[in-house]
Amino acid sequence: MYAQMIKSTGQGVKSLDEMEPEERAFQERINAGGKIEPKDWMPEGYRKNLIRQIGQHAHSEIVGQLPEGNWITRAPTLERKAILLAKVQDEAGHGLYLYCAAETLGVTRDELTRDLLSGKMKYSSIFNYPTLTWADMGAVGWLVDGAAIMNQVPLQRTSYGPYARAMVRICKEESFHQRQGFDIMMKMANGTEAQRKMAQDALNRFWGPALMMFGPSDADSVHSAQSMAWKIKMNSNDELRQKFVDLTAPQAEYLGLTIPDETCKLNPDTGHYDFAQPDWDEFFDVLRGNGPCNTDRLEARNKAWDDGAWVREGLMAHAAKKRAAKLAAE
Amino acid sequence: MSDPLFEFLCRLGDNTLVLGHRVSEWCGVAPVLEEDIALANVALDLIGQTQLWLGLAGEVEGQGRDADRLAFHRDVWDFRNVLLVEQPNGDFGQTMMRQFLFDSWHLSYLKALMSSSNEQIAAIAEKSVKEVTYHLERSTDTVIGLGDGTEESHDRMQKALDRLYPYVGEMFLSDDVDAAMVAQGIAPDPTTLRPAFDAHLAQVLGEATLTKPADDFAHKGGKTGARHSEHLGHMLTQMQWLQRAYPDATW
Repeated sequence: MYAQMIKSTGQGVKSLDEMEPEERAFQERINAGGKIEPKDWMPEGYRKNLIRQIGQHAHSEIVGQLPEGNWITRAPTLERKAILLAKVQDEAGHGLYLYCAAETLGVTRDELTRDLLSGKMKYSSIFNYPTLTWADMGAVGWLVDGAAIMNQVPLQRTSYGPYARAMVRICKEESFHQRQGFDIMMKMANGTEAQRKMAQDALNRFWGPALMMFGPSDADSVHSAQSMAWKIKMNSNDELRQKFVDLTAPQAEYLGLTIPDETCKLNPDTGHYDFAQPDWDEFFDVLRGNGPCNTDRLEARNKAWDDGAWVREGLMAHAAKKRAAKLAAE
Repeated sequence: MSDPLFEFLCRLGDNTLVLGHRVSEWCGVAPVLEEDIALANVALDLIGQTQLWLGLAGEVEGQGRDADRLAFHRDVWDFRNVLLVEQPNGDFGQTMMRQFLFDSWHLSYLKALMSSSNEQIAAIAEKSVKEVTYHLERSTDTVIGLGDGTEESHDRMQKALDRLYPYVGEMFLSDDVDAAMVAQGIAPDPTTLRPAFDAHLAQVLGEATLTKPADDFAHKGGKTGARHSEHLGHMLTQMQWLQRAYPDATW
């Protein structure tokens, strides 16, 4: 998943005794592993929280096309070009499913798009980093999609039906993305000296930002506690980050690459890898709009939307003419 | 002239390579999400067809060059695509008009290739026809929708047609390579496909409320490689850069 710092009600989690009967039935259904569907009653906070989360996820898929799209026209072989293009196409498709899921909660895709373009809604911090060499296509697949999968797999069991079902499809494709990224890294890590250098440089630049994708520790966050009670967040940020490092560190070793963190070592006592926290000051800078590519990304999305206005209007006008002609003929 | 069959296969493969590349330049910046997905589909089909055509060209040539070697290590004068496909994307209207004009020719040419005396060519054509049928359906709908949309969309589509029409004629020119293919029953004479193209064009432009330019002048030099436009060189600097900068690497 590509959602960070999602705000919930901020009120803290109510106990079942504090709830009105309607809300209690809702919460008991979730506790029992049931699904909430669009026409079911739901607390307003649940609905808003989900719109923020699914919306941010959808926006991340859309903006996420840009750093990889940056290399499609420079892909080194026809096969790599086709695979990368298919991957970016999948991301557009994920955006589409997720906007559809959000629409079931009473918000339109156009409204969400406007909030993205104005900067009111966020997308994942990771897409504000530049892709500078072909190895970055490997690192993005391996680390960024790898981190996303950590979150998305449990979300297949999330309480909101349309979101859970979208996630099932997305997960299938994400694991293919992660594998193709690792495959690029393998080629680079086992390639010429220049290729190995590119691979190491990509890992150096993407390691910290990948760890940030899970968001800062939310052990004491009231927002996270509520989201977890509603089962729209399944694990804590620290839990997922640890799982990601445990899985990724041996892969880096297999590739013969060095994780840019001297403290990253398997701890025999815990059975987990120790690692250093990423630079959280940098993370908050990126969130405030000061990442290396925030301006470029929003500019690109705004330009695409503005340049496309005449196309959307033209096609709508044609459809309206056809409808009118059909009505007149009846 | 080098082996006409090799030349002929490079023409097919370079058309799809260059147009596939152009369409892929749209990645992530289309007017609506559905178009991002559809454009990627078209680009993917064209790249897949390129692998088949240029792969076969390399086999026919027999000098150890595969599809990637042909795509990434030839310079402008060795490219055999028609000038139409190397024209820049322009706005979405120009991209879709270019697509429509090419698809209209491409589909009829591929259909004729399905009965080629060369079985491999017939098989590639058969696979491609399925994909290109969809390309033409979609580009036709878009040209009609935007031509008959708002005043602005109509004007933009007319401008795109005026800009690109001088590149239509080249697709129907016949030369020695074509004559050799006709003689061996491998491919049709392109000039024979023009009447059906013109009829389809007239019908679509009518629905789109667009006017065919009066002048039938045709630029040429792409499919023979004699004189490409300046645009192709810039495309190659980007497309071939990694392969050229790191020639000893595998990817």
